Amino acid sequence: MSIVRRFEHVSPAPKDPITGVTEAFLADPSPNKINLGVGAYRDDEGRPVVLQCVRDAEAKIAGSEFLESVSAAVNSKMVEESCKLIYGKDSDAVMEGRFAGIQALSGTGACRLFAEFQRRFYPNSHMYFPAPTWSNHHNIWRDAQVSARNFCYYDPQSKDLNFEGLINDIKNAPEGSFFLLHPCAHNPTGVDPTEEEWREISYYLKVKNHFPFFDVAYQGFASGVMDKDARAIHIFLQDGHLVACAQSFAKNMGLYGHRVGCLSFICDDSKQAVAIKSQLQQIARAMYGSPPVHGVLLVSTILGDQAIKALWTEEIKIMADRIQGMRATLRESLEKLGSPLNWEHITSQVGMFCYSGLKAEQIDRLVREFHVYMTSDGRISMAGVTTGNVNYLANAIHEVTNSGYEESQILGESGF
Amino acid sequence: MSSWWRSVEPAPKDPILGVTEAFLADPSPDKVNVGVGAYRDDNGKPVVLECVREAERRIAGNLKMEYLPMGGSVNMVQETLKLAYGENSEFIKDKRIAAVQSLSGTGACRLFADFQKRFRPDSQIYIPVPTWANHHNIWRDAQVPQRSYHYYLPETRGLDFAALMDDVKNAPDGSFFLLHACAHNPTGVDPTEVQWREISYQFKVKGHFAFFDMAYQGFASGDPERDAKSIRIFLNDGHFIGISQSYAKNMGLYGQRVGCLSVLCEDEKQAVAVKSQLQQLARRMYSNPPLHGALIVSTILGDPDLKKLWLKEVKVMADRIIGMRTALRESLEKRGSTLSWRHITDQIGMFCYSGLTPEQVDRLTNEYHIYMTRNGRISMAGVTTGNVGYLANAIHEVTKSA
Repeated sequence: MSIVRRFEHVSPAPKDPITGVTEAFLADPSPNKINLGVGAYRDDEGRPVVLQCVRDAEAKIAGSEFLESVSAAVNSKMVEESCKLIYGKDSDAVMEGRFAGIQALSGTGACRLFAEFQRRFYPNSHMYFPAPTWSNHHNIWRDAQVSARNFCYYDPQSKDLNFEGLINDIKNAPEGSFFLLHPCAHNPTGVDPTEEEWREISYYLKVKNHFPFFDVAYQGFASGVMDKDARAIHIFLQDGHLVACAQSFAKNMGLYGHRVGCLSFICDDSKQAVAIKSQLQQIARAMYGSPPVHGVLLVSTILGDQAIKALWTEEIKIMADRIQGMRATLRESLEKLGSPLNWEHITSQVGMFCYSGLKAEQIDRLVREFHVYMTSDGRISMAGVTTGNVNYLANAIHEVTNSGYEESQILGESGF
Repeated sequence: MSSWWRSVEPAPKDPILGVTEAFLADPSPDKVNVGVGAYRDDNGKPVVLECVREAERRIAGNLKMEYLPMGGSVNMVQETLKLAYGENSEFIKDKRIAAVQSLSGTGACRLFADFQKRFRPDSQIYIPVPTWANHHNIWRDAQVPQRSYHYYLPETRGLDFAALMDDVKNAPDGSFFLLHACAHNPTGVDPTEVQWREISYQFKVKGHFAFFDMAYQGFASGDPERDAKSIRIFLNDGHFIGISQSYAKNMGLYGQRVGCLSVLCEDEKQAVAVKSQLQQLARRMYSNPPLHGALIVSTILGDPDLKKLWLKEVKVMADRIIGMRTALRESLEKRGSTLSWRHITDQIGMFCYSGLTPEQVDRLTNEYHIYMTRNGRISMAGVTTGNVGYLANAIHEVTKSA
């Protein structure tokens, strides 16, 4: 038998909706181009940033003899410190050691570990995702063979939370369902529940015995204060939920390429924590073995050193403030240009992203005519906006949305 | 509030980790750890290669930490392919290789297993007996059914070549086989060049797919080119292979998790398609691979002087292990052991499949504080001029009544 071509039937995978934008941007020769696609922080010069706290941590760990893996002690410390960040260092669960966690390959890896764990122990369950959510969420759970459901979240008419729809979906889901929640700085909409709304969400999830899974990718980017951005999680803990969280240090520590995160569970007791941790380690071992040490060491150094951690807290506030400033400026610029449309959502939405409400044709024009890149759902990464490009951006948006009052009326009805 | 995870039991302990834990807990000053599969110098210390130190110095403080592309560092992947396929490989020139950076060898194997499941859902994987334990976990979690093929012959402590060839012939046409390119883990038993040619020929007859796990390139003979011979034979014979490569051992980058998965395709167009699918699998697992280790590798391999230094250091590591093999065998023979210890020097790479029984291993641990996995696998990297005599003595003692 001749050599059979094993994989000749493999066709190209569709482009990833988010990374595909960056690819197109990179290929564009225009000097005016702006990348508002991927959610990676940029400074006011449009440059990527390595935080000073990270530089300090690097200096501290330079030359260390850590080879095969991080020691168990450092591992546990990093998980503990990560858990304190989200659950609160004074939370009962943390103080009593009722948590299980392992490092993960950033938020993606943490979500995938949870999805695999969910399939093993609740093979017939579904994961309920907010509509919309980060595009990769659906992919992750699908590859883990856990089927997806959606729950109401974003209301395109109001560009705000569809709270009633959300609560109804919680009530109507079969008891004991799994819900994925964004505790702050929702991706892609930037629309977060209020504290009061979180309390109700927690209440109804409890009534229905649902499982809350938090994807914590932007802690610090909503309000600029880590503790404040974890408020939703604290509420759930106070209400007695046993939650799990995927945590990413990609954005709030700027450690994107190092792939550092954490998956943690609140448990009944420490015995259960040991069991859960061992199962997670087994899943990870068959996927990639162990997490890359460099990022783990950086995170544990930053979180474990008071001075460096304090510096980090300051640097997060600077990043969050810059983004909030750009939101205000973009909105003002559009209003100054005389746009008849309502741009309030630019400043009421929270975190890195603005769900602009722009339609496909408008986004297309932005790319082709103005070299402004964003994802096809109209999500703008505000981190890519600078004092240098905000006017150009406002102008471009105004151009593609101001093509006649009649059109804007129609758009108004359909939600723009 | 119902308890969600009451039914979760602790996962079975990893047997190799258990050995290390027990070793660490042992207070005896004579204790020897020949369980761990990580290189140690002649003082029993872990080693950071000088080329790695230099690379770290060069990249410190001046790199951004942005995401790598989903397929990883292009530079690193290109240099890595040269190691496996050859510096001047036509396949690299013709862009026929679909390749992505992976989380070391484990990650490369898992990506391939998932790819195999997705595009050849009815296939199985033939795995040698024995193999690295985690291979079973990887293909199991990817939900690819496993078959085994004969490999190690305990009677000779060598290759069971006849049975291996029978299994190759009897497997259904077009089966998927996992092969260790060199320095088989855990046995150290590698086919000879002649045997590799026969295996390749039979694979061609049967239309089998060869997936090479190459975790120890450089560690077998000290010469990475020589260690890639099996792969080059298959390439010359026209096979479309897959390869998992790891820098864990040969660059000492264990914890950085750097590796590469490659699949040789018919043409550039197919390579693009396959690569895009591999990237998609990665996107759902971790989005993009880690930066630091990739930078170290591409810094070293991209600088001719650093690369030369690396090759020298790999040879030093391999030579030390080969030297310890000789020393251990001679020590045993000097003590008058009547058993054959030829396999200690015949076997290749980091591991020696000693042939010790579990009971003998237990005696070694309990009476002599010598730690190894109960299958009798000795990590030669743990043997030093300081402990080889002690080790030989202990082995002689527990086997002389055999």
